Amino acid sequence: MAKKTVKIIKVDLDKCHGCRACEVACAAYHAKPKYGAVNPARSRVRVYRDELKNVFVPVFGTFYTKSECAARHMYRINGNDQSAYDEDMSVCSFCGATCPSRDLFKEPDSGLPLKCDVCESDPPLEKPMCVKWCLADALIYEEREEEVEDQPEFDEVEVAIESLVDKFGMEKVLDGLARMSKSS
Amino acid sequence: MRYAETGYYLEVDLSRGSVEKVQSDPKLTEMYLGGLGTNAKLIWDRVPPEVDPFSPDNILIFSAGLLCGSSAPGSNRTIISSISPQTRYMAFSMMGGFWAPELKYAGYDKVIVKGRAPDLVYLWINNDKVEIRDASHLRGKSTYDTIHAIRRELNEPHAEALAIGLAGENQVYFASIETESSSASRKGLGAVMGSKNLKAIAVRGTKDLYLAKPLEFMEECNKVMDYIQFRLANPIEGVPAILAFIGSPQEMMLHDEKWHTMSFAWGNARVRRMDFWNEKIEKEWTETLENARKKLVGCYNCPVKCHGIIQLPGFPSYVMKCFSKLTYVMGAMADDLDFGLKIASIAQSYGVDGYSTPQVMAFAVELYEAGILTDQDLPNFPKDNRERFYYLLDMIVKREGIGDVLAKGVYWAAKEIGKGAEKFDHNTIKKHEQIPIKLGMLNPMYYLMWSTGEKVNITQIEGQIPQAPLPKDYREKFVQDWIQVPTGKEERFKRFILEWGDEGKQFPFWPEPELLCELVEWQEIMHYIDDCLGLCAGLSSFPLKPPYHIHNLPRLVSYATGMDVTEEGLWEIATRVRTLVRANNNRRGLRRTEDKPPEDHWKKRFPEYEAKLMDTYYNYRGWNTEGIPKKETLLRFGMPEVYQDFVKRGILKEE
Repeated sequence: MAKKTVKIIKVDLDKCHGCRACEVACAAYHAKPKYGAVNPARSRVRVYRDELKNVFVPVFGTFYTKSECAARHMYRINGNDQSAYDEDMSVCSFCGATCPSRDLFKEPDSGLPLKCDVCESDPPLEKPMCVKWCLADALIYEEREEEVEDQPEFDEVEVAIESLVDKFGMEKVLDGLARMSKSS
Repeated sequence: MRYAETGYYLEVDLSRGSVEKVQSDPKLTEMYLGGLGTNAKLIWDRVPPEVDPFSPDNILIFSAGLLCGSSAPGSNRTIISSISPQTRYMAFSMMGGFWAPELKYAGYDKVIVKGRAPDLVYLWINNDKVEIRDASHLRGKSTYDTIHAIRRELNEPHAEALAIGLAGENQVYFASIETESSSASRKGLGAVMGSKNLKAIAVRGTKDLYLAKPLEFMEECNKVMDYIQFRLANPIEGVPAILAFIGSPQEMMLHDEKWHTMSFAWGNARVRRMDFWNEKIEKEWTETLENARKKLVGCYNCPVKCHGIIQLPGFPSYVMKCFSKLTYVMGAMADDLDFGLKIASIAQSYGVDGYSTPQVMAFAVELYEAGILTDQDLPNFPKDNRERFYYLLDMIVKREGIGDVLAKGVYWAAKEIGKGAEKFDHNTIKKHEQIPIKLGMLNPMYYLMWSTGEKVNITQIEGQIPQAPLPKDYREKFVQDWIQVPTGKEERFKRFILEWGDEGKQFPFWPEPELLCELVEWQEIMHYIDDCLGLCAGLSSFPLKPPYHIHNLPRLVSYATGMDVTEEGLWEIATRVRTLVRANNNRRGLRRTEDKPPEDHWKKRFPEYEAKLMDTYYNYRGWNTEGIPKKETLLRFGMPEVYQDFVKRGILKEE
């Protein structure tokens, strides 16, 4: 067991009013060059909005998975059934996974997974951009010391390659990499 | 590469069923920015005065502003332009919400619609894939039901849609265009949309919008965010609560409605009820609103919450904004807010303007009471005013009986009804219903703004100057951190605030007309800049001491677009746009005779002095005595084509 600083973004749903400033800030921050483009489809936080039913739920991109859930989940909020995708077609909980059942948290061009990195940078930001831009205080940043089991971490590249392998198969990815390394 | 804008228009011809993605001319961005500016140019180039509002040749432009979709807070406005069926002039109705940024992410700055579909259709824009789809199953559906039905059938929960309701389909002259959260209400553009058989436009975009100087732009955005926080924490002192904040007037948040209910006129803009607001009413209204309002919400990328989600049992949920909280209540002379919240739900489902509609209905009630409209026109007309309003709303939207005439608005209905009905049309400007305000002494600054405002809506012109002199103790503090004042005007404008209200320094004959023109100019220019950029006036031109102003806006435009725009440059562009909108209207017949407020707007009027004010303003603007931009003005702003057209049409003599 080891001690680790865990960065947490707490979400106070009662305060979120669905303005999507978090999406703008996230997309701008992660653009290349930094702040050089805005495209909420690239944001690692998306706000589920159902305005007339008064439902606003920011959801953060978490992990990549190649399979769908065995069972989907639907939430009841303010007396209404709600899912993070489409209430009729694809019942799907407020989950941050990049998965085959929907187009959330996938790069619009490549389909690669998008995951919240809490705006890791050097030097570090005082708080993640989405939290900074949430003047409603619906997003609250916290750092906690937690005991964690030692385990190897997938870094961003490995996650990306894994998803490519799932999408195209190991052979094609290896072929592609081989070709790219030859031409460069 | 284009920055801040996508560089593409989507041209849709509904008669031919064609859709084309067309690159826009970057030169036009330099001259007119975007939004309202480039809309005015398109209307000038494509819609000659012979074209009727409901003709297939009229175009309806749905435009994002130049900064929409960027990280600038509150840059989310959709600017919809066409020819108004009511005024017959160029109309530019606007709304906040989420639609315009989505259009930019789909890769377009504007959707330009012409023609008329053979049957009801809607437009589905999914990045590069654009479809004209059958909407016959949506006929008669409410604005909200339409939006939800489209999202469901496309299986696109993230699509942003705007739609008309039954009023737009039936071409009611004051029909609105609605999204879930916002409305483009004024001047009946919903009716133009209906005349094109276009029920809705849904859009989904997942493309990048580029910014030329990212780090510099973001730094400015962060400063704006900081100032928003500062202003929310520091309301202006010495003005009524409703005017102290930023955003649109915070009527969904505040319960104190003393200022509106006492200063504005009730019924058909007839009576002021100085003793209306009391403790009992305040308690009842607070309870009503607290129960009905589920949450304060707002628009895309904006921290200010100007809207309220209203949920009432038995009525469709909707989002209420600003003064529409009171328009129906005051129009119906009803004392309960509950009625206002309920009828607004029906009205927004039908898609009608919350300003004009209650005025038209109050006008009809007066005509009935005067015996001009009879039981034959209004069979089984209820006794209770509130019930009458529900009755009239249905009749107008469905265009049944006399409702078919009332659907044209007060001015046209009065003409058609005759029998003295014209005398009851006392609160329109340029054939368009105005906010019901009836006051005593002429306010020379507002006289110019009411008279010459091309939007024909005072809230779209005013903003930077308090509505009345500040109490003496607050003046010094107000001017201390008044950073918004244009360069070179600081001394004069601050002195105006410090002296206004003192002995001998009172309206109407103080200050000198030239200073009044400068104050008016500043206020209108800020609005024109916002409408080109797609910035919300609530963060910019409308409230006192806003986060956006003439000093940071040139930097924002420059960093976003890569152009090099100075304060003078931005001012000049906005003046060019103001002039071109005016020219569009001159070409459609606008002259000095129509540049006037309602006759009874003020009790005390001064015809000679007013004429002098008007002359001074026209001259200041470079217009002739008929209110037409002169040759030198048009050439100075680089619009020789306007001058040539004016000569060809005999509007100006050749010089």
